[in-house]
Amino acid sequence: MTYLSKSPWILHYDASSCNGCDIEVLAALTPVYDVERFGIVNTGNPKHADVFLITGGINSQNVEIVKNLYEQMPNPKVVVAIGICAASGGVFRECYNVSGGIDTVIPVDVYVPGCAARPESIIDGVVTALGILEQKKLAMNVNPGTGKKSPGET
Amino acid sequence: MTQRIVIPFGPQHPVLPEPIHFDLVLEDEHVVEALPTIGYVHRGLERLIEKREYPEYVYIVERTCGICSFIHSLTYCQGIEQIMGIEVPERAHFLRTIWSEYSRLHSHLLWLGCFADGIGFENLFMGAWRIRESILDVLEQTTGGRVIQSSCKVGGVRRDISAEKLDQMARDLDGIQKEIEDLTTVFLQDDSIRHRLKNVGVLSKEDAYHLGAVGPTARGSGVAIDLRQTGYAAYDKLHFEAVTEKDGDCYARCAVRARELFTSIDLIKQAIAKIPEGPVDIKVTGAPNGEYFSRSEQPRGELVHYLRGNGTKFLARSRIRTPTLTNVPPLVKMIQGCELADVPVIILSIDPCIGCMER
Repeated sequence: MTYLSKSPWILHYDASSCNGCDIEVLAALTPVYDVERFGIVNTGNPKHADVFLITGGINSQNVEIVKNLYEQMPNPKVVVAIGICAASGGVFRECYNVSGGIDTVIPVDVYVPGCAARPESIIDGVVTALGILEQKKLAMNVNPGTGKKSPGET
Repeated sequence: MTQRIVIPFGPQHPVLPEPIHFDLVLEDEHVVEALPTIGYVHRGLERLIEKREYPEYVYIVERTCGICSFIHSLTYCQGIEQIMGIEVPERAHFLRTIWSEYSRLHSHLLWLGCFADGIGFENLFMGAWRIRESILDVLEQTTGGRVIQSSCKVGGVRRDISAEKLDQMARDLDGIQKEIEDLTTVFLQDDSIRHRLKNVGVLSKEDAYHLGAVGPTARGSGVAIDLRQTGYAAYDKLHFEAVTEKDGDCYARCAVRARELFTSIDLIKQAIAKIPEGPVDIKVTGAPNGEYFSRSEQPRGELVHYLRGNGTKFLARSRIRTPTLTNVPPLVKMIQGCELADVPVIILSIDPCIGCMER
């Protein structure tokens, strides 16, 4: 465990979802589920965020915004696609304006199923994402020349 | 002459749970014009009516919005029932009313929480959402879903609620009412909240009427329109009055929603006391042929579903007009002339539901 997985900050964006999953993301932050006790903070600033929680089937107008948010987040970062719309388009898959899944636009690390996804499964998805975040961080610190870790890393 | 500058607001912004964009034209700190851009959540679900049979389309229509999903399915089903001349059992009407009012409670508590967060009162945000969870628990126990309930269908409702459960719900509401009283006292009495909201984003009664404001936005300006008084579902058998405030500022809109929580609790209690015995659905055969404007009161205002059937299982047209869309012109009017720092509060004060608005 490092400082990253002890206090990951999340960025949440609604990419053309019905907002059922979005309110469940917020519900996970509030007293009944209370992920803030683990140091997880919801931030509005992509430059402060480690985990990108994204919902919805993403339409053409949202594509550039999602790419922009993703690029502004510092490395290492993980993307969690929440709800079935974010995975495949869900019930809106056949709509003319839905591209069908977040992975058509940015790489996704964890898929959380459900319509709407329950707060328990969202928390489970974020915990899984933190493991991936940790691996990505370790991979970043390996010196490509020597194959050894940079000093100061445990 | 002061130089004009344009500040973009959104689509991704800390106070907005959902994307909407405004170009704010400023002179010094004052907003002289606000130009909205929408379409970030547009999915085009109305067109799916051509690919889904009318009983199946309920699943699509209730995913228009995750907050008021039950009322969307109710309005759609009422429209189809009117076209086909279906007499829904009385108990189903009462159950629909009870679930509608629980949806309104959860939506208003959600809004009060988000609004508190928007004005920087995070403690209150947590308090409102804690109470909201007990409402969601009831919805989950009675329908099986927390935010998407799927309990309404053409011809009635999918599940019944037992008499013991109804009694327990009525008893639990007393406790919830006490908690809501404590919560709304802070919203309505606290000096710092009052100072933040009074005389911010004023919308006059004339403007509210002419710009087509609906729901709590209109009622906060003194326009007493509440579609529940048209008596759809079982509302014609229950007694209540539309909640209005006269100031038309953010505080008035907050007060309307805070007081409506008690109206909803009262309506649920009345409905539980009067609910008749009997079946909860009837068998539906045939296909709709004709058209109907189905209207209802959503937590954010008047919701209209226009439906046209052509005698087949697939409807020819579905058109959904949601309250947030009609509240955007009043919103633009409210923002004009305000200070830049007040913009997030004013936008939140209409309870924007972008998922609904763009369908």
